[in-house]
Amino acid sequence: MMAEATTTTAKGTPKRKGPGYRFNWVGRIGLAIILFWAIVAVVGPWLAPHPPGEIVDWDYFGPVTKDFWMGTDYLGRDIFSRILMGARYTVGIALAAVTLACTLGVILGMVAAVAGGWFDMILSRLLDAFNGIPSLLFGLVVVAAVGSSIPVLILTLTAIYMPGSYRFARALAVNVNTMDFVTVARARGESTPYLILREIFPNILGPVLADLGLRFVFIVLVLSGLSFLGLGVQPPNADWGALVRENIEGLSIGAPAVIFPSIAIASLTISVNMFIDNLPTKIRDRSE
Amino acid sequence: MTNPLVSVRDLRIGATTDAGRKVEIIKGVSFDIAPGEIVALIGESGSGKTTIALSLMGHTRTGCRIDGGRIRLGTSEITAMSERARARVRGTEVSYVPQSAAAAFNPSKRIMDQVIEIAAIHELMPRAEAEKKAVELFRALALPEAETIGQRYPHQVSGGQLQRLSAAMALIGDPKLVIFDEPTTALDVTTQIEVLRAFKSVMQRGGMAGVYVSHDLAVVAQIADRIIVLKGGEIQEVGGAEQILHAPQHPYTKQLLAAFEPVPHQPIAQPEQAAKPKPVLEVFDLCAGYGPLRDGVPFAKILKNVNFKLERGRNLGVIGESGSGKSTLARAIAGILSAYRGAVMVDGKELKPDLQNRSKDDLRRMQMVFQLADTALNPAHSIGAILARPLTFYEGLRGKAREARVIELLDMVHLPAALRHRLPGELSGGQKQRVNLARALAASPELILCDEITSALDTVVAAAILELLKELQRELGLSYMFISHDLSTVEAICDDVLVMYKGEVVEALPAARMSTEATHPYSRLLISSVPQLDTGWLAGLEQDPELVAQFANR
Repeated sequence: MMAEATTTTAKGTPKRKGPGYRFNWVGRIGLAIILFWAIVAVVGPWLAPHPPGEIVDWDYFGPVTKDFWMGTDYLGRDIFSRILMGARYTVGIALAAVTLACTLGVILGMVAAVAGGWFDMILSRLLDAFNGIPSLLFGLVVVAAVGSSIPVLILTLTAIYMPGSYRFARALAVNVNTMDFVTVARARGESTPYLILREIFPNILGPVLADLGLRFVFIVLVLSGLSFLGLGVQPPNADWGALVRENIEGLSIGAPAVIFPSIAIASLTISVNMFIDNLPTKIRDRSE
Repeated sequence: MTNPLVSVRDLRIGATTDAGRKVEIIKGVSFDIAPGEIVALIGESGSGKTTIALSLMGHTRTGCRIDGGRIRLGTSEITAMSERARARVRGTEVSYVPQSAAAAFNPSKRIMDQVIEIAAIHELMPRAEAEKKAVELFRALALPEAETIGQRYPHQVSGGQLQRLSAAMALIGDPKLVIFDEPTTALDVTTQIEVLRAFKSVMQRGGMAGVYVSHDLAVVAQIADRIIVLKGGEIQEVGGAEQILHAPQHPYTKQLLAAFEPVPHQPIAQPEQAAKPKPVLEVFDLCAGYGPLRDGVPFAKILKNVNFKLERGRNLGVIGESGSGKSTLARAIAGILSAYRGAVMVDGKELKPDLQNRSKDDLRRMQMVFQLADTALNPAHSIGAILARPLTFYEGLRGKAREARVIELLDMVHLPAALRHRLPGELSGGQKQRVNLARALAASPELILCDEITSALDTVVAAAILELLKELQRELGLSYMFISHDLSTVEAICDDVLVMYKGEVVEALPAARMSTEATHPYSRLLISSVPQLDTGWLAGLEQDPELVAQFANR
């Protein structure tokens, strides 16, 4: 099965689906849910039946009705509309931040592993020191200094999660770096970019993707934490985490307002991990 | 004939692969072992020799199971027993000496506690008595300071001593059968002799039966009464040690023996050239080491003033035991490890000590092939991509021309062109090593540094690789620097030999007259320690004990 699947350029991204890059059905479900939320994030505002900030129901924590498909929140705003609008923030900010954080962290980690010496030492100590700053405190300072906007939020979250990704990738790359095939490439006179991208990266891709899935979930949680402090997405808009927090009192009276945002968060984070855990074997684990 | 101690009838062992496919590993094997007899299981990797040996304890490796057949040991029917009953038999009736003693000992417990563990688990005797018995065994195994060696930790004794201690561990419960699983494969030749002698004498004295698993016919010849030749999970030939060595019947046994016969190397005829060419490689006073530099000298100095010259078209062998600095020498020449003193000249041109400062052409001329074929190939790249890279890198080849050259390279190392679509994980060990060679050839080098390239391969496969090297040399006019701990390999391919000991070249001499003309005591010791295909070799071997004490790392 492996033999027929192999192509001369045995490289691939999760997007590419040759005969050797087939997903199993769990992975496909994960991918479908991620795509669904991505589409919602783009077209959400046009789908929403009510403006997200408008108080449409004079009762608070209203039940599921014909007009309000997912009930109303603590101010009587339509939850369905707010979730559709929130998708834009949660999915967009978290995906952008996790992509940036992991790309940056993995590249720096591999460079540090290959270069070694003072570059590795200075960068590692610097990022370790940075890791020591509590993430919410860091967010607080940044937002207080430059104000809250979406690019600022993305960069803040990237900065918070990059050092962890760097540490992880560096540890993996150090192991691969000592293998003979890297020594062979080095003895051939290859440059550092080649060593990193062609020799090391394909061999650490599997664990790095698993790490990316985990980091995505953390970013969704920190984003909602920032919103709770009033530093994240600004009212009347809200990300999903904020929707859960602002409606948490409704739980005791059985309001659907808190259930549906939770389901949205769960469906997104679980599907991201389902997708990554079920990537084609060829990408996930090269050793097989 | 007396009743055999062990009888194995129609043994079948199967396994389920990760893909869910069922494979048969052992296909109906039957043999007997008489009391006090040592039987050797010999064959290449994958022949099922260790699987059979382990099954005598009723044990199979994860994923394998005994599918059929019977194994009887003494009065106990191993195959019919419950796991609990088998556990009672292990250590008392049958015991096991593993290949790597270093991995078999717990590094955080004293040796004595581990040696008498079997006696404690099976409650065979009180502790004091067990310790007394262990000391007796240490003496019988010719271990130094038998009284106190048990108080040390495993890292405080040498590899050869540890292997003998693991034999003591196996023998403490007075088993009827001892299984030796390649116990000397990881040891140096000079150490191997002592360990083999100790095993042989203790087995003879105890009158125990043994199963000796090995791939090395010469080692087996010293210790076994009978030899079973295995291939692909089936018995090819069974016979007395003398008969197998001198009158083999089966073609496979003949092939195994033929791979052992040293083929004297014929240096290729040099076309007379008007101007005498400069030596392809010349090394002056080379010093290299590891660790942080202090005053330009590294913390651990390995190579000390190495000098040699390698003429074009000739082959240089470097021999020595582990830790002699052979591989460090190759790495320093290749520039992977930067030498801190001395000079490396290729074709009369001095090379910079480190990789960064060497030109692309300098790097291209000299290629290195590593011992472990599988870690030297990137598992994520196809064979085609691996071979194509040096072509692009050094010559700028692309597209069709590159593809054609890749196919040509595969053909040079006798591999089918279709192999270029496969990943390294789908190749056998010998095929991988051929790909490694092909990658080195892709750079059109003048010199190839071979670092123990046949050590991890089976005898027959290794012999084929050596043949290939010779053929390539004839066609391409290459020179090899061939590093090995195996003297017969070096004899088969090299013109000249350097003997290394503790980072120094102690002797340089022509390979053909290595065994007769070596004068340095260490070279003599090393050469005389190589096992011969002769059952009486070990018994008749005499070595100067002073020499042994001075040089052998026992």
